[in-house]
Amino acid sequence: MAKASEAKSAPKFDLDRSVAVPQLIGEQKDFLFIGGLAGTAKDLASITKDGSNYYGMAGAMGAAVSMGLGLALARPDKKVIVATGDGELLMNVGSLATASILNPPNLRILCVDNGHYGETGYQKSHTSLGVDLEQMAIGAGIKSTMTVESQDQIAAGARMLRESNGTCFVLLRVKPEDGPKYKRDMDPASTRVRFLLGMKG
Amino acid sequence: MEATTEDRWQKVVYDTLKKNGVTIFSYVPDAGHRMAIDLSLADPDVQSVALTTEEEGVALAAGAHLGGAKSALLMQSSGLGNCINFFSMITGGKFPFLTVLSMRGDYGEGNPWQMGMGKAVRPILDTMGFVTVEITHKDEVERAIDAACTMAFQSGEAVAVLLTQKLIGAKKF
Repeated sequence: MAKASEAKSAPKFDLDRSVAVPQLIGEQKDFLFIGGLAGTAKDLASITKDGSNYYGMAGAMGAAVSMGLGLALARPDKKVIVATGDGELLMNVGSLATASILNPPNLRILCVDNGHYGETGYQKSHTSLGVDLEQMAIGAGIKSTMTVESQDQIAAGARMLRESNGTCFVLLRVKPEDGPKYKRDMDPASTRVRFLLGMKG
Repeated sequence: MEATTEDRWQKVVYDTLKKNGVTIFSYVPDAGHRMAIDLSLADPDVQSVALTTEEEGVALAAGAHLGGAKSALLMQSSGLGNCINFFSMITGGKFPFLTVLSMRGDYGEGNPWQMGMGKAVRPILDTMGFVTVEITHKDEVERAIDAACTMAFQSGEAVAVLLTQKLIGAKKF
């Protein structure tokens, strides 16, 4: 029989990202957003209506956490949420270590983990095969972390994203399905200018 | 911080970047940037960001720009290879970007492992659309860094400053 400490249940990829991500974020106007490519970029485009508080990628896979860290360091007066997928974060998991040692109080990392590379045909990612990104965030030294994989954990996750006083990491496990369809501006230059104008406004 | 005669130019690199408004210094540790890294760590007016891989610094610079801050990525030339895909965001997004590379695999290199990347640095920078500024003598450092900052932060270019091995000297093996 397994000891209590080993009795961690198997990961559940049950939640619907189109519902869970907006619930975790709540009032979007309270945050600046960096979206990793593919699924999370669409999640955030839908939530912000592709707004000027959002910069989303469609390439540069692995860049989201580092970009959010740069923004958080430059604007300590604003709360910055980075939304990244499991595949994207796995490509640059060292960025968690860099964020951790700086530990800006305004940086929040939301990893939307569907266990798959959705954009390329839903091949299984490492997180479907036993890799736990929350444990990697803990190993990186991030003090506030949690996994949200059922509806009753959403409120606590939302509270962490909103109220954490240090860099925090929320792993949201969702079904391997596409997120909201949203036609966003994919020009990296015009969206850069849009964001800068939003920062002035 | 005390600078020896040999590495006083390294202090000039740091002081000139700071004079040009750089407030975020990111780096993977390297001997050619030792002084600038130590100065950034000791300076309460700047953010000093140790990276696990150089490409993080590219994305960090883009994010800093979105927040209105100027940053500089300090790396050894071998790290340039780790950055190439992320440069597509810099040039595609027209982000101002400044990196200072201490060269290996360059003039007088004695480690054959360094030569492949060293020879590829200039062609890669050209291919990715960078403006490249080379420094070969310590007396050029301040003027060259000033010029690079102007092109990056006023003209919005991606700029790489090469601290060549004529400046740094080649490590002995």
